[in-house]
Parts: sequence; C-alpha cells; structure tokens
Amino acid sequence: MQAIAENIPLLVQGIAYTVALTLLGYVLALIVGTVLAVCRVSPIPPLRWAATIYVEIFRNIPLLSLLILIAFGLPDVGLRLPYFWCGVLGLTLSSAAFVCENVRSGINTVPVGHAEAARSIGLGFFGTLRYVVLPQAFRTMIQPLVNVFIGTVIGSALCSAIAVSEITWVTQTLNIQYAQAVIMFLVAGAVYLGMSLGGSALGGALERAVSPDPHGSSRRRNTLDVTAGAQA
Amino acid sequence: MSASTAPAAPASRATRPRRTSSTATQVLFDAPGPKGRARIALLSILSSVAILAVIGLGLWQFQKNGQLDPNKWVVYLRADYLAFLGRGLLGTLKVTAVAAVVAFPFGLLLALARLSRFGALSRAATVWIEFFRGIPMLLVVYAFLLALPAYGVTVPRFWMLVIPMILVSAATTAEVFRAGIKAVDVGQHEAAAAIGLGRRDALLSVILPQAVRLVLPSLILALVTLLKDSTLGYVVSYNELQFQGKTMVSITRYLVQTYVVVSIIYIALNFLLTRIALALDARMKARASAS
Repeated sequence: MQAIAENIPLLVQGIAYTVALTLLGYVLALIVGTVLAVCRVSPIPPLRWAATIYVEIFRNIPLLSLLILIAFGLPDVGLRLPYFWCGVLGLTLSSAAFVCENVRSGINTVPVGHAEAARSIGLGFFGTLRYVVLPQAFRTMIQPLVNVFIGTVIGSALCSAIAVSEITWVTQTLNIQYAQAVIMFLVAGAVYLGMSLGGSALGGALERAVSPDPHGSSRRRNTLDVTAGAQA
Repeated sequence: MSASTAPAAPASRATRPRRTSSTATQVLFDAPGPKGRARIALLSILSSVAILAVIGLGLWQFQKNGQLDPNKWVVYLRADYLAFLGRGLLGTLKVTAVAAVVAFPFGLLLALARLSRFGALSRAATVWIEFFRGIPMLLVVYAFLLALPAYGVTVPRFWMLVIPMILVSAATTAEVFRAGIKAVDVGQHEAAAAIGLGRRDALLSVILPQAVRLVLPSLILALVTLLKDSTLGYVVSYNELQFQGKTMVSITRYLVQTYVVVSIIYIALNFLLTRIALALDARMKARASAS
C-alpha cells in the first residue's frame, strides 16, 4: 500500500498515458479503417488493391514488431517522432486494418435488396453507402468494433516495450524499486479490466439503443464469427 | 441478382470466381457506362499516381538516409544470416506449438467449466476467463519475469514466455469453444436425448465432435494470435525470431533492414495461416448452406 501512496502521481500519469494511447489509437483507427473499407468496396481498382494490401500487412504483423519498427526504425530513415506518438501510430495502423475488415463484413450483412433499392431510387455509390448501407451495417458492427477496442486497450500495453511510460511500464518500474509485486500488478490489471469491461458495457448499451428490436439483440450472438477474438 | 447489375471491374470478378453469392458490396455501383468508365479510368490513374507518390516518398526518405544501400540488404541472402534468423524462427514455432498444444485443451476445459451446471465452478471459470481476456499478456509476462522471482519462484526463460501465452490463449480459446458448443443445433441435443444418452454422453459423443469441427477455423486464427504473442520473447530474452532480430541488430547495426526482414517473415506466416482459416471457414459455410 505504501508503494502506491508514495507514487500516486506516477501511477496517475501511467493511467493517463494508457487512456490517451487507447483513445487516440482507437478513434484514429476508426477513421482510417472506415476510409479503407470504403476504398475496398469502391469501383476504383488501384484503391481496392492498395486497401487490400494494407489490410493484409497490418492485420498479420505482430503489434510489437510494428511498434519496434516505428519507434527504432523510423529515426534511422530520418523521421523522429516522440515515443508516445510512435505508440499511437502503431496502434492506429494495426487497429485500422481490423476496423476495415469489420466494416466491410458489416456492409456485407446488409441485405442486397436494400442496396438495390437505394440504387434504384437514384442514389450513387456514396449516397447508397451513406444513407442506406452504413447506418444499417453500423448496428451489426458494434460488437466486432468493441472487440477492436479491447484489442487496442490490450495492445497499448506493448507500448511499454518502446519506453512509453504507460501503466504497464510504471508497474514494471515500481516493481523493481519496491518488490511489492502483487499490489502493483493488481492496480495495473484493474486499469485494463476496467477499460475493457467498460468498453464492452458501453458497446452493449449502444447496441441496445440502436437496435430496432430491443429484445432480439442477442439473437446474432449465437452464430459463429471466426474473426472474433482474432486480434491481440 | 441479374448479371446486368453486376458491379464494374469484371477483371476483379474474374480473379475471384468462387465468390458467387451476391453481397451488398457488389451492388453499390452499376456497371458503368462510357462516361462512368472514363471517370473510373481517370480516378484509377490519379489514385495510382498518389499511391506511387507515397511509396516513392518513403523510398526517397530511405535513400536519403543511406538505408537503401544494396549492401545492407543482400546480406540477408547469405547462408549464415539466414541460419541465424532460422534459429529464431524455429524458436518461434516451438514456443507457438507448445503453447497451442497446452492452451487449446485447457481452453476447452475452461469452456466446459463455464457451461457447467455447478454454479461455483461456472462462476470461477467465468472470472478466470474474463480476467485473462481483459488484461494484456505483457502484464502476465512481467509478473513471471519480475514479480515471481521476488517470491523465490523462478522458471526457465522458455516457460516465462510460454506460460503467459497459455494463460491468455486458453482464456480466449475458451470463448471460441463456448461459442462453438452453443452453435451446435438444438436438434442434436434433442436427438441425443431421444436415443437415451445422458448429459455427459451426449456432450462427449454428439455435441463436442461437432463443436470442435465448427471452431477449427477460429482455432487456426488463435494460432495466428499465439504467433504474434510469441514476439514477447523480445521482452523475456528468449531466442525467438523477434529477439533474434534484436541480437542481430546489436551485431550488424542494420536496424531497419533486420526488423523489416523479421516483420516480413511474420507477415508471410500469418498471412498463410489466415488464408487457410478463412478458406476453411468459407468451405464449411458453403457446405452448411448446401445441405
């Protein structure tokens, strides 16, 4: 307990860094991922190819390898970023690939008839996406996007390997000083559990709020989704 | 849907002949007329130029800092360099295999415990699963690396990496198995009961064999996750690929090159596994919808 009391500022700073890394990484990933998904379904071949290649690279590279490459590799090619922003960049690049895949498969769950109807009343590519397909797709995407959020929370811990002083790094440092391991790890564990469970709860509430049938929202959960939990 | 409303770019359709089911992505735009084709061609050229410019800018940045020097790259074709990285790759595969072999059955047990009728067992399993699913593996690794030695418990480096991998992967695969068990048709439970099987027999000889088949693609993706998690050998100094890369950097000083090569190996491996999983999943879905 004493170890915690003496280091409140450091712990608070660690928690703040973890929250900032996660939120920045996730929000940017949502934006980049949606743009990529639109590219992947667009009629312009080079954009489709580029987005596909992007997804295959960043979905398959281990996050730690990516972070190391960004944090230690970029300075060698003359680009210097603070380690915190290296972390944000790595999380964004990686999570965006998963967001893209989820948005794309969400678009695929919209019945074909709806897209056809939208086309037949004269909506173009962007109009169909914006007014008919994406609003419906969003509903089925909430659960997968919550999984991406949890992936981002958990991934933010890896930033401690590139010397961002987030909560895992703080825990590890204090642990060397104090040898009060159990308490320290409980604090860090509580932070991560709080964030991932909080994200889940928020996602669940959002899902119920936008569901047209409030009692039927759990219906889809029983179908298997191979990619659920594919992100670490 | 009729062929006339099929989307543009017949070329891309031809490269993916198997995808015959119509999905929303295929009706987002009409087959373009002459004007539309001209616009798509123009946008294609513009976007190609933009993409090439970005790649070119990156390469120019590399060149400016002398990182494109061929001498720094061809060394990775030398036998001793390859052997060095190969040893790391072997370590990675060994860690992943051992973790998978232990974690998958463990995950199945956790799933069964969570679905058990005994409230206490079910709750304990739930807490265990949610705990290890919600915390980062790095934290578990640090617990083994830093916390346990303080209490006099030390394990070899191999297990410092593998045990956290098992703990985390078992929790995630438990959820995979649980979803698989739940996805087995209710009729199968009823049929098993009708021929007089008890709860346990029904589970063992009717439900589980089908559930395991159903989750096979997800398990392959869990293997991808394990492979990615094995990079934490970098933190515990176990000789897997990422750590071997670090050692190589400290010897050769070719930092960017080494880590790029290492990353490409990971991407290739995971790409292959992901492809297999998705192909298997598509085949199983096709078969299920055919019957």
